[in-house]
Amino acid sequence: MIDTLRVTAEEATGLLERREVSATELHGAYREAIAARDPELHAYLCTVEHRAGADGVPIALKDVISTKGVETTAASKILSGYKPVFDSTVAARCKDAGLPLLGKTNLDEFAMGSSTENSAFGPTRNPWDPSRVPGGSSGGSTAAVAAGLAPWALGSDTGGSIKQPAALCGVVGLRPTYGTVSRYGIVAFASSLDQVGPIAKTVRDCALLHRIIAGRDPLDSTTVELPEKIEVPEAEDLNGLRVGVPVELNQAEGIEPGVSEVVNRTIELARSLGAEVGECHLPRSVEFGLACYYLIAPSEASSNLARYDGVRYGLRVKADDIRVMYESTRREGFGDEPKRRIMLGTYALSAGYYEAFYGQAQKVRTVIREEHAAAFEQFDVLVSPTSPTVAFELGARTADPLAMYAADVLTIPSNMAGLPGLSIPCGLSDGLPVGFQLIGRQFSENLLFRAGHALERALGFDFVPERLK
Amino acid sequence: MTWEPVIGLEIHIHLKTRTKMFCRCPVAYFEGANTQTCPVCLAHPGALPVPNRQAVEWTMLLGLALGCEVPERAIFHRKNYFYPDNPKGYQISQYDEPLCVDGRLAVPRAEGDTIVGIERAHLEEDAAKTIHVGGAEGRIHGADRSLIDFNRAGTPLVEIVTAPDIRSADEARRFLQLLRQTVVELGISDAEMEKGSLRFDVNVSVRPEGEEFRTRTELKNMNSFAFAARGIEREIERQIGIYDSGGTVDQETLHFDPSRVDAPPLRSKEEAQDYRYFPEPDLVPLEPDRELVDRLRGELPESPAARIRRLQSEIGFSLAEGLVTSGRDELYSRISGERAAVANVVMNELAATGVDPASVNADELAKVIERRSEIPRTAFTDALAASGSPDFSAERYLAEAAIVDASELDPVIDRILSENSSQVEAFRGGKEGLLGFFVGLVMKETGGKANPKVVSDRLREKLEA
Repeated sequence: MIDTLRVTAEEATGLLERREVSATELHGAYREAIAARDPELHAYLCTVEHRAGADGVPIALKDVISTKGVETTAASKILSGYKPVFDSTVAARCKDAGLPLLGKTNLDEFAMGSSTENSAFGPTRNPWDPSRVPGGSSGGSTAAVAAGLAPWALGSDTGGSIKQPAALCGVVGLRPTYGTVSRYGIVAFASSLDQVGPIAKTVRDCALLHRIIAGRDPLDSTTVELPEKIEVPEAEDLNGLRVGVPVELNQAEGIEPGVSEVVNRTIELARSLGAEVGECHLPRSVEFGLACYYLIAPSEASSNLARYDGVRYGLRVKADDIRVMYESTRREGFGDEPKRRIMLGTYALSAGYYEAFYGQAQKVRTVIREEHAAAFEQFDVLVSPTSPTVAFELGARTADPLAMYAADVLTIPSNMAGLPGLSIPCGLSDGLPVGFQLIGRQFSENLLFRAGHALERALGFDFVPERLK
Repeated sequence: MTWEPVIGLEIHIHLKTRTKMFCRCPVAYFEGANTQTCPVCLAHPGALPVPNRQAVEWTMLLGLALGCEVPERAIFHRKNYFYPDNPKGYQISQYDEPLCVDGRLAVPRAEGDTIVGIERAHLEEDAAKTIHVGGAEGRIHGADRSLIDFNRAGTPLVEIVTAPDIRSADEARRFLQLLRQTVVELGISDAEMEKGSLRFDVNVSVRPEGEEFRTRTELKNMNSFAFAARGIEREIERQIGIYDSGGTVDQETLHFDPSRVDAPPLRSKEEAQDYRYFPEPDLVPLEPDRELVDRLRGELPESPAARIRRLQSEIGFSLAEGLVTSGRDELYSRISGERAAVANVVMNELAATGVDPASVNADELAKVIERRSEIPRTAFTDALAASGSPDFSAERYLAEAAIVDASELDPVIDRILSENSSQVEAFRGGKEGLLGFFVGLVMKETGGKANPKVVSDRLREKLEA
């Protein structure tokens, strides 16, 4: 009997290698867990049968990741029933590595949101407390991993959509350096920010999965060769690591005291593991990051979502006139949040507003990059809470978009700078997981894994939700 | 008041790359509808563009041939608009940082060069082809249904924008011919209007000489250079007419119907479209390698304009321009002999045969042209028609001697003069142009075998006797 709540992907690989379990049995165990627990959680939008010949550890993919012949909806009604004719590069790489697909996980429609409540197919619930959200937008993937419904999963992160739900679900999530993981076949939200990354129970699992998906893809012009191979971390100390604590990220308005407490304890733990800890500042990144993000991401989204026009695939609301067809299709097909962002972005890109909004935001983005670069002259990693709060109640923020947007205030600045970030669970506050964010220089994933792994070992966080034990 | 026309052109040229601009689908317009497509050019979710290196290189090559700078950095922009032929909802084009800027094309004219500024040459992707069935005028509004063929979607297109430096319809035609020839010679496009691989729009305004520019109108859908020149002339006259009667010209677009040349164009108000341009985030900036740019510049062939000027001193402007812009000057250069005679044959008589200039055996043809006056006209035209075949030899045609013997010609000439006594009288009364009439009759009578020069001389002798 496989305990899917507890077994890590690495351990599952061992079981397969030692032939203690077959790939089909392993896949089956997760299918059983899904049958048992997913009706409550709704982490999956669809599940699939075991693929013959796939002899690896099964995986769940966020439903923005195109899978040939398997419905890919981005949790939007406008793509309901759409089956891609091609595999995204990351799905193909998982396939090539022998990982059978478990299914496609829920998300906020087009990855727009921080709670997975914006799914056209209903929300996902947090395995630690089903009255609460799992975070978002990759909430389906993080909830699946936390609830033992997948050993590992892929998510996508634009403003914090891997890191934030990983934090709220008590799992590990990496947002890789922009340009290291192919976006080919990923339903686009904001092209200059979107990045696919691994979600798992441990840092080592994350590294193993990242190794499979990362690297230049000739089909995505924005990808580059990795400067170094991805290593699975071994070290258990932080000797010589210079850890910066950005004051503005750690003392931002809205951070819950319980979250601060657990994070500060983790920073002290880092010191005791040999790290040199010091304060630093990212004043403009934190002050303008969120505002800047909410100009750039919606602008790109307004253009990226233009292809959903009812002409070639997906929903079409029939009409006598092309204009009416466009309007009715998009009115009916998109939920409120995509509509809100399409309108925001269309406005920000309009003649006469472009310079003041999109143009200005791009300039601020350069400032954010420079500010982070300056901090990294003194430090190797920067740390902060991943999310200002623990998982909030379903419905608590749905009426107030700005409160929802604030959930990403700590993850957005480094995302805007294109930097990698790892979130690891570092403890509980009110019985709910708290995420610890480690931000690195471009291409420093190995260092983040090393630091994250050492902390993980020292923290000894139990990733199995109390109520499921 | 003297009105001066002000004309600017926007030219679109299809590059004949093997594959499309941003995906690897073959460029093949005439295959079965929607057979040359993939997730990228159909804009499936998540599909991403990858630029075609050849297209980028050819655009730079063209830019350099037009005297443009190739800046250190160029970027692609998204031009956003909804239309069924635009699958992504945006066209990938270039905006404020195009591949080529600030060029000029000197257009030779008999009285000296006209310099036309090239503001930019940029690279973009073409739209799909739509066919609207039913309804009026083949437009989408009111159509029963619309069909879309995505074979053309995403094919590479170079857009060239000139400065408003052109001052007449004739200059515009000359510029277009020269540009077309330049493109063809670079080997980057067929540039055939009938196939749609060369299209252009014309901006026209008029102003009192030396004054500020006035409102322009845009002429669309012209299907030939001659048609365009006529359209421009008419538009210039229309605008002058409006100003002369105290009116004002509206900024509007004139859509011509290429299938009905004489129909008046449809007019539409120019709507201020907001395309919400922004840098394409799926692509990284192009930073053309300086060595490549230098190499391309070094490899440029002699320009058509330079060749026109070079040949002009030998054979006069008009023949030089004709030969070069029709792509026949290479053959002309290969044929030895008296220059004006060779130019005339290549430009006129040989062109009429439809023989491909590239396949002509120049050395053999030169012999025929040199001894043209000694052989029957029929032999000469037969030789021209055969000059492209691999086994063409002058010998056979030169062997056919023309009738030069007066003893053979005189009876014919005498009979014709007596049968046309009234024309003879008219000639003697001063209508010397009638000589050609008599020559024609003699040539006809001798089945083209007479030497026209000899005939003409002998006729004159008899008529003036």
